[in-house]
Amino acid sequence: MKKEYFRMIAMLTVITMVCGFLLAAVKTITQPKIEEQILINVKGPALKKVLNLSSNNPINDRIEVEIDDEIHTVFIGKKENKLWAVAFESKGTGFGGSIGVMIGIDVAKSTLSGIGILTHQETPGLGSRISETGFTDKFKGRTISDIFRVKKDNGIIDAISGATNSSRGVCSAVEKGVALFPKIKLTVLNKLDKKVKIK
Amino acid sequence: MKKSILQEFFKGFWEVLPPFRLVLGLCPILAVTTLAENGIGMGFATTFVLVFSNIIIASLKNFIPKKVRIASYIVIIATFVVIVELVMKAYFFAISQKLGIFIPLIVVNCIILGRAEAFASKNNIIRSAADGLGIGLGFTMSLFLISSIREILGNGTIFGVGIMWESFEPFGFMVQAPGAFVCLGMILALINLVPKNQ
Repeated sequence: MKKEYFRMIAMLTVITMVCGFLLAAVKTITQPKIEEQILINVKGPALKKVLNLSSNNPINDRIEVEIDDEIHTVFIGKKENKLWAVAFESKGTGFGGSIGVMIGIDVAKSTLSGIGILTHQETPGLGSRISETGFTDKFKGRTISDIFRVKKDNGIIDAISGATNSSRGVCSAVEKGVALFPKIKLTVLNKLDKKVKIK
Repeated sequence: MKKSILQEFFKGFWEVLPPFRLVLGLCPILAVTTLAENGIGMGFATTFVLVFSNIIIASLKNFIPKKVRIASYIVIIATFVVIVELVMKAYFFAISQKLGIFIPLIVVNCIILGRAEAFASKNNIIRSAADGLGIGLGFTMSLFLISSIREILGNGTIFGVGIMWESFEPFGFMVQAPGAFVCLGMILALINLVPKNQ
């Protein structure tokens, strides 16, 4: 009897261990490729939207900056070979989970050049409307000192009716991102060549 | 009388053709068969998992204690499903986005656990591989059949290419959930006109 229990425990342990190691290996192999795919297929369209005036491909001109022990990938938008805007990701919590937002900021004017929703798990038809341009355009052109909250919370953004929490999620992501911007700007300007600095 | 390996392979195309003869794994069929491309993607993902889980389970059948066999099978199946998911994300990103949650849900596809329990745990590796491949390709074929009917009627296209005449009005009902039930039921009824040869 005891021997049988031991056999069951041992076999399950061995199987789960082997499977775990196998998955870790596959994950390690595919990880860079998956990141590349996400960069092209998810972030690419969002970047096109928020850095729409760029003459370069922001995906190729990305740099990693470390702020408060966290690594952020910053996409550089250039116009006539000069830096005009940066874009980076920020996260907020919506109704159904985390919302990933790409935030583009015009460096010279300190205004938002646009935002794009990367990932969300909001209710289809209601909260999912945060990714429509009708909503994201409300952020376009705002200065970074604006209060990015929904009007109910004394902010400047009109929430989507029926999707206040999803709208709040996007706002909090933008708020966090905007707060990071001064540090990101400083680090980016230090890293870039003098040639490409703002005109 | 035992069947030959070829018979084990070809039975998946008619005799136990899923999901029409082997009425299992209906959830992915109803959900992903809106476009022919999705149907084929789902079919191949399932085939891969089916073949490898059958092979591994057949080779481990003497080591896995009977009382924990289902748990062991699920762990093995889940492992291959995650491998498929990662590989699809890395190399076939567009289709993996379209299939979404239904790729991880292959874990609970009854066809796979059903073949593990009913076949792979009683047969050797080669026969189990042939069985998995046959059933998997049969499943792919069925998914392709349903999804192409739904895409042609509901969208007027096949693989995204318009093939219907100009005045054709897409039959939107077919690409929605009720269309899946109707389509599946019709084909099931038609196939049942031919009696099972038993």
